[in-house]
Amino acid sequence: MRFHRTTLDNGLEVIAELNDDAHSIAAGFFVKAGSRDETPELAGVSHFLEHMTFKGTARRDALAVNRDFDRVGAKHNAQTSEEDTFYHFTSLPEYLPKAFDVLADILRPTLREDDFETEKKVIIEEIRMYLDNPMSVAYEAAKAAHFGGHPLGNSILGTVDSINGMKAEDMRAYFASRYSPANIVLGFAGKGDWDQLVDLASTHCSSWTGDHPTRTAEPVHGAHAFQAILREEDQQQTVVGVSDGPPLESDDRYAAHLLATILGDHTSSQLYWALIDPGYADGAEMSYQDYNQAGGFYSFLSCEPDDVQENLARMADVLRGVMAKGVTQAELDQAKNKVQARSVLRSERPMGRLASLGFHWVYRRAYLPVEQEMEAFAKVSVEQIARLLDTWPLWPMTIVSVGPTTQVKPPR
Amino acid sequence: MTAPTATIQQHEYPNGLVLVAETMPGLQSASFTLLIPAGAAYEAAQGLDSGGGAASMACEWLMRGAGPRDSRELLTALDNLGVSHSESAQTLHTSLAAATLGANLIPALEIFADVVLRPRFDEEEVEPIRALCLQNLRSLEDDPGSKVIYELRRRHFPEPWGRPSPGTPEDVARITGDDLRAFHRAVYRPNGAILGVAGAIDWPRLQEAVGRLFGGWESRPEPKLVETPAGPRIDHITRETQQIQIAMAAPAATVASDDYYRARAAVAILGGYSSARLFTEVREKRGLCYSVYASYEGQRERGAMLSYAGTSTERAQETLDVMLAEFRRLATGGVDLEELETMRAGLKSSLIMAQESSMSRSNALASDWYFLGRVRSLDEIAAELDALTPESVSAYAETLLNLQDLTILTLGPTPLDVNIPA
Repeated sequence: MRFHRTTLDNGLEVIAELNDDAHSIAAGFFVKAGSRDETPELAGVSHFLEHMTFKGTARRDALAVNRDFDRVGAKHNAQTSEEDTFYHFTSLPEYLPKAFDVLADILRPTLREDDFETEKKVIIEEIRMYLDNPMSVAYEAAKAAHFGGHPLGNSILGTVDSINGMKAEDMRAYFASRYSPANIVLGFAGKGDWDQLVDLASTHCSSWTGDHPTRTAEPVHGAHAFQAILREEDQQQTVVGVSDGPPLESDDRYAAHLLATILGDHTSSQLYWALIDPGYADGAEMSYQDYNQAGGFYSFLSCEPDDVQENLARMADVLRGVMAKGVTQAELDQAKNKVQARSVLRSERPMGRLASLGFHWVYRRAYLPVEQEMEAFAKVSVEQIARLLDTWPLWPMTIVSVGPTTQVKPPR
Repeated sequence: MTAPTATIQQHEYPNGLVLVAETMPGLQSASFTLLIPAGAAYEAAQGLDSGGGAASMACEWLMRGAGPRDSRELLTALDNLGVSHSESAQTLHTSLAAATLGANLIPALEIFADVVLRPRFDEEEVEPIRALCLQNLRSLEDDPGSKVIYELRRRHFPEPWGRPSPGTPEDVARITGDDLRAFHRAVYRPNGAILGVAGAIDWPRLQEAVGRLFGGWESRPEPKLVETPAGPRIDHITRETQQIQIAMAAPAATVASDDYYRARAAVAILGGYSSARLFTEVREKRGLCYSVYASYEGQRERGAMLSYAGTSTERAQETLDVMLAEFRRLATGGVDLEELETMRAGLKSSLIMAQESSMSRSNALASDWYFLGRVRSLDEIAAELDALTPESVSAYAETLLNLQDLTILTLGPTPLDVNIPA
């Protein structure tokens, strides 16, 4: 593995982790633009903009964008989160120049009016698709309830109304403010030659201009809100819980990840043994999500509507139990084995490496080799988890319940 | 395109179990996929009649204690070896799959040998498994996109080859522990089972270990299945959802058939990637939906093209009409050279990129063996793809997309008019 970095004159940073054993190379632009950067009138603009970049540039229309990626067999996609928009592809090394020509091109989209109106309809279909998914509805509502007016509670997709009401000129203004080179990191992982990568970056991205935007990332402590949303048509009851956790700036995030694994991994965790193994629920998990200046532990439950109150009490017992007793060395070791092995497996694919490499750089300006990440997990102690639980109590938490019953209340 | 070097080896044990393995240079991980011919289709085996859901319940039971370990000890042991694993009953097979560091491969196989050969089958686990499986069925009702595909397959493939593995609430409610034991005794067998292993492996040690661990698994006669027609061909399921789900299936060439690559090419050009016809016409040009695709599914005796879109009630009719028109256009107008080149580039790249994942390779090895009784090399597949011409693929597309053969299922608030274009 070799790590390289440079900064172009316009402020675009370029990083790469190169590995001669790989068969492919992954490339991606990490744009610091997500739903937390939006005003209420522009709810969903980051994600909508992600779609619009694929709709055409000065050199290509939408069909040409898709065609030019596909012609060289590049697997391309993009994701928008609360904080970032990530554009990426994986290709065979010999096709990197052609595929990168498309990826760099779409980061300077034309945002044409008629494409904008056509794509609105696609976004609305995506919103409706998620409205048919109870877990998505509960998750969105739980974030909003927990973070209250803080922008981390914003919806990533926006609403049918906010999308319908959006103007192309507002999106252009948003683009100008967030997609400047100093707000973007370009990353590569896999089989490649650094000099060639720097050449490609200079050729395609040197002309990009823009100011250096800032993000106001105010720390936030969530409310312990409660909400019961009626969905008579659902068969199962779905619950999402949120409590605060360490922000991504904190070194406690490794401990937080291990704690969430001990409590709520999809297999062999405390919630698994308390709820899934006995057949009380068909979903009971917890995960840790870190953000710029904030963090959250998300708990998920899916069960029969009649059993939701009892199952919430079981979940509360697990969370209160760990707050009172901490975790054992054996539990911690088991979680470390699990997390470390998964990290090795993920890293064998260039795309798996690119995502962790790039996001780490965007927020910490540091290179994190896989070995160092393993080391950081290995160092976490039982005492550190106890301190973490003191600082970030898991209970009480925000609870949002969705489904055919509203006969739910927070467990005492 | 340079194909990475890989060594594929295979061995058949006296009980019929086949081991097929590939050493992948540069990887630290190793993965395996054990395909056992014990999927939901075998619930219908003659003299058995286990009930819909038995395969899934038996699969869940396997993991709840085996050999010297109870349920908790078993999952903890796998965690401590860093094994990511998933067990599931599908229509044809029950699949046990795992990935870990190369050094932990054989210890992980030791645990799975207990799971397959020495499950505890404690009676007290049956009610929790039943409760879990019933809830999975309820959750499936809340997931229209998955529900419609299960129901499409059930209507398209002759029974029992389209049986949904989650089963039915009525059957899951009544299946007993003894029914599950009988199912396990009758259908779990090494003859017909395939163990695909890929990654950082040492072949002589692996071959010896699998023989030692699975050699005592006794072969059994192959269960008899009677095929009956499915249907209905055109159907609607009423649900108060935001979107209407549209799902369609057409018979296609089997993996072993001479037409296989032509079928894969036609399906990919129709809906396999973002510049494919369905995505271009339905989503990019008209903005009718978020998700639309066509994909290929192979069984040994039959193959199918499956196609899907989800969209709002008021735009669903147009979506269906455009999809059918695209089927028609491919059948009558054929494909051009540029489309064929794009399809080739995509499939070849995927094959080479799969060489970076021991998990995808172990799957591919086991599935190739199931379909063909051998493993295709990358060079062989590349040569087959290179041999395709616009004429050969167009000729196949004409037979593939005979619209009278389509199974069409919609799920949502209202049915649609199915207007087959002339």
